[in-house]
Amino acid sequence: MSSKTQDVEALINQKYRHGFVTDIESDSLPPGLDEDVVTAISRKKNEPQFLLDWRLKAYRHWQTMTEPAWAHVHYKPIDYQDIVYYSAPRAPANAPKSLDEVDPKLLATYAKLGIPLHERARLAGVAVDAVFDSVSVATTFKDKLGKAGVIFCSFSDAVRDHPELIERYLGTVVPAGDNFFAALNSAVFSDGSFVYVPPGVRCPMELSTYFRINAAKTGQFERTLIIAAEGASVSYLEGCTAPMRDENQLHAAVVELVALDDARIKYSTVQNWYPGDENGLGGIFNFVTKRGECRGRNSKISWTQVETGSAITWKYPSCVLKGDNSVGEFYSVAVANNYQQADTGTKMIHIGRNTKSTIVSKGISAGHAANVYRGLVKILPSAEGARNFTQCDSLLMGPTCSAHTFPYMEVRNQSATVEHEASTSKIGDDQLFYCLQRGISAEDAVNMIVSGFCKVVFKELPMEFAVEAQNLLSVSLEGAVG
Amino acid sequence: MLTISNLSARVAGKDILKGINLVVNPGEVHAIMGPNGSGKSTLAQVLAGRTEYEVTGGTVRFQGQDLLALPAEQRARAGLFLGFQYPVEIPGVNNVYLLKAALNAKRKAAGLAEVDAYDFLALIKQKMKLMQMNESFLTRGVNEGFSGGEKKRNEVLQMLVLEPTLAILDETDSGLDIDALKVVSMGVNSLRDPSRAVVLVTHYQRLLDYIAPDFVHVLSGGRILKSGDGSLALELEKRGYDWVQGAEVA
Repeated sequence: MSSKTQDVEALINQKYRHGFVTDIESDSLPPGLDEDVVTAISRKKNEPQFLLDWRLKAYRHWQTMTEPAWAHVHYKPIDYQDIVYYSAPRAPANAPKSLDEVDPKLLATYAKLGIPLHERARLAGVAVDAVFDSVSVATTFKDKLGKAGVIFCSFSDAVRDHPELIERYLGTVVPAGDNFFAALNSAVFSDGSFVYVPPGVRCPMELSTYFRINAAKTGQFERTLIIAAEGASVSYLEGCTAPMRDENQLHAAVVELVALDDARIKYSTVQNWYPGDENGLGGIFNFVTKRGECRGRNSKISWTQVETGSAITWKYPSCVLKGDNSVGEFYSVAVANNYQQADTGTKMIHIGRNTKSTIVSKGISAGHAANVYRGLVKILPSAEGARNFTQCDSLLMGPTCSAHTFPYMEVRNQSATVEHEASTSKIGDDQLFYCLQRGISAEDAVNMIVSGFCKVVFKELPMEFAVEAQNLLSVSLEGAVG
Repeated sequence: MLTISNLSARVAGKDILKGINLVVNPGEVHAIMGPNGSGKSTLAQVLAGRTEYEVTGGTVRFQGQDLLALPAEQRARAGLFLGFQYPVEIPGVNNVYLLKAALNAKRKAAGLAEVDAYDFLALIKQKMKLMQMNESFLTRGVNEGFSGGEKKRNEVLQMLVLEPTLAILDETDSGLDIDALKVVSMGVNSLRDPSRAVVLVTHYQRLLDYIAPDFVHVLSGGRILKSGDGSLALELEKRGYDWVQGAEVA
């Protein structure tokens, strides 16, 4: 190994920047899970009976299921009785009505994360629904959205104010018993975001939610439901960070998207949960079910994800292309450094005629990390004229990391066109030296080369977040080259 | 400007340079010629600071500094430019982006402010015109899908933008057709001035028809066997490298 490589590797041991704990009293249930806990969560949130019944049904189903083991990830068994399933910051008597009423410590936490709520919201024109542990504490721009008829609120508020929409759409894309972690989420989910864009409305701003796991030993089980009615369009971004802790924390979220006729949903994720330390201690288990259904004709759902955090990332944002001419897209950058493990990809299920899907996956591995792309393209007999294009590229940094690609294709209609391209490359000493010879520092050179590799995905992100994603990437990979 | 004294270097355990002595003064153009495997490219890489090449002896002074003590990026910022024999592709990184980063790194080291985006674009467009390059080059990935000739033109373009004090061009003429050779030579000549120096590493006399060197050196077996003025290149062309190698034995 060259001395240059060692220099660069020394830089990699950059500490996790968001590793602080906010000292706020929280209102938590004791660890453990049974029907009483499920009922208590529902009662705390004053939920209607249908939702409690739905949760209990999910819980009972979950008890019959076994944790899946097919992913290319390794971790110690999770003790589900040692997890706190509900934790909310204790609000002083009433919930805050404006940002002024929000606990300043909370706001300081967001500031440390680089989300000055006021400025950011105003300058960027972004409405931020900030989820702190399990309860939404501040929602901005509700008024402007309200005028357009867009509902953007915490999941709990939606249950209270729009129960008919919840009852109609909840679990219609990811059924309660879909998989082990989705069933667990369905039983115990505490909060999340809800978006409804009425027919013909183009959401006037980017919607954004920042999630953060704060309380120790808390599982975060948020639930997001986004509905774009006929001809509606919306762009939604979630960003995630979590403080540094030695034990692993479970994050099992469910995201459901529904696009009706001619509707468009763009869902972008910048995920930076705590990845564990350089020896693989601690970090978030990010086991998430994300699925969108193009239910209507000519609808479109586009997933863009930049995954740099978590000890283990295990998720496949997917599209069910039911409506004729509907379009599904998946653009992903997944970074795994040190001992991180990522098993991620997508599923594109073509049901309608002339449905089209595009998959672009960029995996970057460094240190001792393992990065897996796993994808399924399924063309059903009804999907006359369906098309898919898949491109999977892996970039390796250093001799001890690995990259794997598992593309599954199931084509049951002769008229379908399915294309797959894959490549694996290394950041070469030649590329690095070329940049150095032009006076560019090793660190900047690595950032430049990696950004170039990820460019096609970054350009899918909303403009104001593309820069953030790029910064995140450079922090995650500082010095990782070989 | 550049003083190389008794420089030896090895790569992968094999001695390649075995005591190089060379003095390059401001305003001069030196051509280093020699057969394959004589150590020409190794010399260029060692001067540029590639760590895979191990310096086993000797010293190199560049503008009063100990060149060998500096890492590659600092040598570049100090005004040493290497035109690569095989320029690498960096997919997804715009040519213009790399160039701007390079220029700013150099300016920063010199205590200057970053270049204004508008001025930079004007500068680069002017240089591209000189190199007869299409503006689409700017937004293409660095050397991505470039032909051999395009890559070499791009190297010279970068040199013109960075305005190095010492340019070492490693077989910049190889793989060029006659028209491209003329353009590349014109680019190099446009950089010639009393404060700068150019070291051309080449196999062929052909390049020297367009860029007249002040000195020609013949490198063989890791040593400079013969030095002379431009006429030496012509004589080499006529008599071949065996003539010089034979002279050493005699």
